[in-house]
Amino acid sequence: MAEIRNYTLNFGPQHPAAHGVLRLVLELDGEVIERADPHVGLLHRATEKLAEHKTFLQSVPYMDRLDYVSMMCNEHAYVLAIEKLLGITPPIRAQYIRVMFDELTRILNHLMWLGAHALDIGAMTVFLYAFREREDIMDMYEAVSGARMHAAYYRPGGVYRDLPERMPQYEVSPYKDAEEVKRLNENRQGSLLDFIEDFTNRFPAYVDEYETLLTDNRIWKQRTVGIGVVSPERAKALGLTGPMLRGSGVVWDLRRHQPYEVYDQLDFEIPVGRNGDCYDRYLVRIEEMRQANRIVRQCVDWLKKNPGPVIVDNHKVAPPSRQAMKANMEELIHHFKLFTEGMHVPEGEAYAAVEHPKGEFGIYLISDGANKPYRLKIRPAGFTHMAALDELARGHMIADVVAIIGTIDIVFGDIDR
Amino acid sequence: MPLTAEALAARLQDTLGDKIAQSRVALGEVTIEVAACDWLEVAQRLRDEPGLAFDMLIDLAGVDYSAYKDGAWQGRRFAVVLHLLSVSKNHRLRVRTFCPDDDFPLLPSLVEVWPAANWFEREAFDLYGIVFEGHPDLRRLLTDYGFIGHPFRKDFPLSGHVEMRYDPELRRVIYQPVTIEPREVTPRIVREDTYGDAGRG
Repeated sequence: MAEIRNYTLNFGPQHPAAHGVLRLVLELDGEVIERADPHVGLLHRATEKLAEHKTFLQSVPYMDRLDYVSMMCNEHAYVLAIEKLLGITPPIRAQYIRVMFDELTRILNHLMWLGAHALDIGAMTVFLYAFREREDIMDMYEAVSGARMHAAYYRPGGVYRDLPERMPQYEVSPYKDAEEVKRLNENRQGSLLDFIEDFTNRFPAYVDEYETLLTDNRIWKQRTVGIGVVSPERAKALGLTGPMLRGSGVVWDLRRHQPYEVYDQLDFEIPVGRNGDCYDRYLVRIEEMRQANRIVRQCVDWLKKNPGPVIVDNHKVAPPSRQAMKANMEELIHHFKLFTEGMHVPEGEAYAAVEHPKGEFGIYLISDGANKPYRLKIRPAGFTHMAALDELARGHMIADVVAIIGTIDIVFGDIDR
Repeated sequence: MPLTAEALAARLQDTLGDKIAQSRVALGEVTIEVAACDWLEVAQRLRDEPGLAFDMLIDLAGVDYSAYKDGAWQGRRFAVVLHLLSVSKNHRLRVRTFCPDDDFPLLPSLVEVWPAANWFEREAFDLYGIVFEGHPDLRRLLTDYGFIGHPFRKDFPLSGHVEMRYDPELRRVIYQPVTIEPREVTPRIVREDTYGDAGRG
């Protein structure tokens, strides 16, 4: 009689469906997963330790590099924690700008997730569609901060600068002729807000396009319905947050239940799933994109009507204007002290969390009154989701592991930190 | 309506009584400190008492207090800080405990109470060397296979102890002592509260 034995399969860290550097050790009984042991940490950069050796301001760009597909949301939690300890509130316009970019980031993240997830389980076209729209949001990032990804735009006390009056345009080059450039620049004639407004008008139709490709697609449903089911009780016990929790039917969204910035003044709905499987989480995220689009639109309308400062004028926290700095000795000293020694945050501890596209992203900050954090603990959204992979994957086939990795929406920048 | 921080602190005091070594409300957040021997019991009750119902463990962090205020710290060195959330009651809590032994920090594991603690405890073990008794699988999580030391302790240098490079003669990757000099661009300074205020020089 042939000997029956279990196989151990090494999945990643170089597998394209591993979404970065996940090494997953699978114990298999035939094709069925007996145990999944994720080995993480291949991207560990000790961000928390590095932050202990940098001033508060110098750590803002590190936050972009945590979850590198939803950059500004990471910054948001970090600046909120600092603001909580400092006891300052950013100007209302800065709060609207932050909310607008948080929601654009949510679309950015969900597009990346949708494209990659669909690609993993066999739908090629969605990826191309999703990246077309991502490009527009990247342009918004670039227009406002100068960087397509690692923006470093949110600062303690507000945002770095106001929205630009003119949207950058394409120029004729050996690769783009005049006709092409004219077409590309059609919706870039006005300000950044005009461009964003135009995007919010176009975007719902794009989401319909993705849905035509997937929602009723037989193959898509075969791959996702009933896969990776989590009950609401289990989801809470495992510490799942964000769409992972809402997919299981728990109505919990920090934007609604513990609102920060101006979320309590905006009109949006919170989609929840029913069965807690991959398909429901897909539907939740699709609807979140539509709701995010609604929020962006409300912010655009408000921002167009209400000019004002975008950062506090406390120069121990925020730099003075360039003109003031060059004309006034006092401001020069402030500028110099802020960018060399940095700000001093009062002794104490604070935890600030935001509804990150992936779940709850929190920053726990301990300050002993120095110009650097004493301890910075990042609560990454994907960490508990990754830890739950073992439970989600048990009893499923190998091919379903790919669907489950896709549905938990992981990025190793924030799991490994 | 969610409870205010003060009301939550009062309810905790009523429910847990003398299990709370210290309770503090600051910046709208409630922090309680408990003794290490009560750690597991308090966690259990925080989850199960109907008035508290902390059904989610949001975060578990190790902290090394040895360099706090440049060495002015008098208490125990290692602490573990929990951040709890009650989805049903919509409130949050921070719980801290100090490990009784600085040389061998040991605490009971909370995996039985909140399964989410599993990886967080592995992380705290990896980075701070805090051992969680009763954890089913206490392996390193974030550092490399075969890593020596606990890198987030304050006495562990930022640039580490060893570096890795490819050796063309041995034709394999080798570890060697670090060759880069540690440097500090911005020194760490603790100032008095009124520093730089107008009229105070």
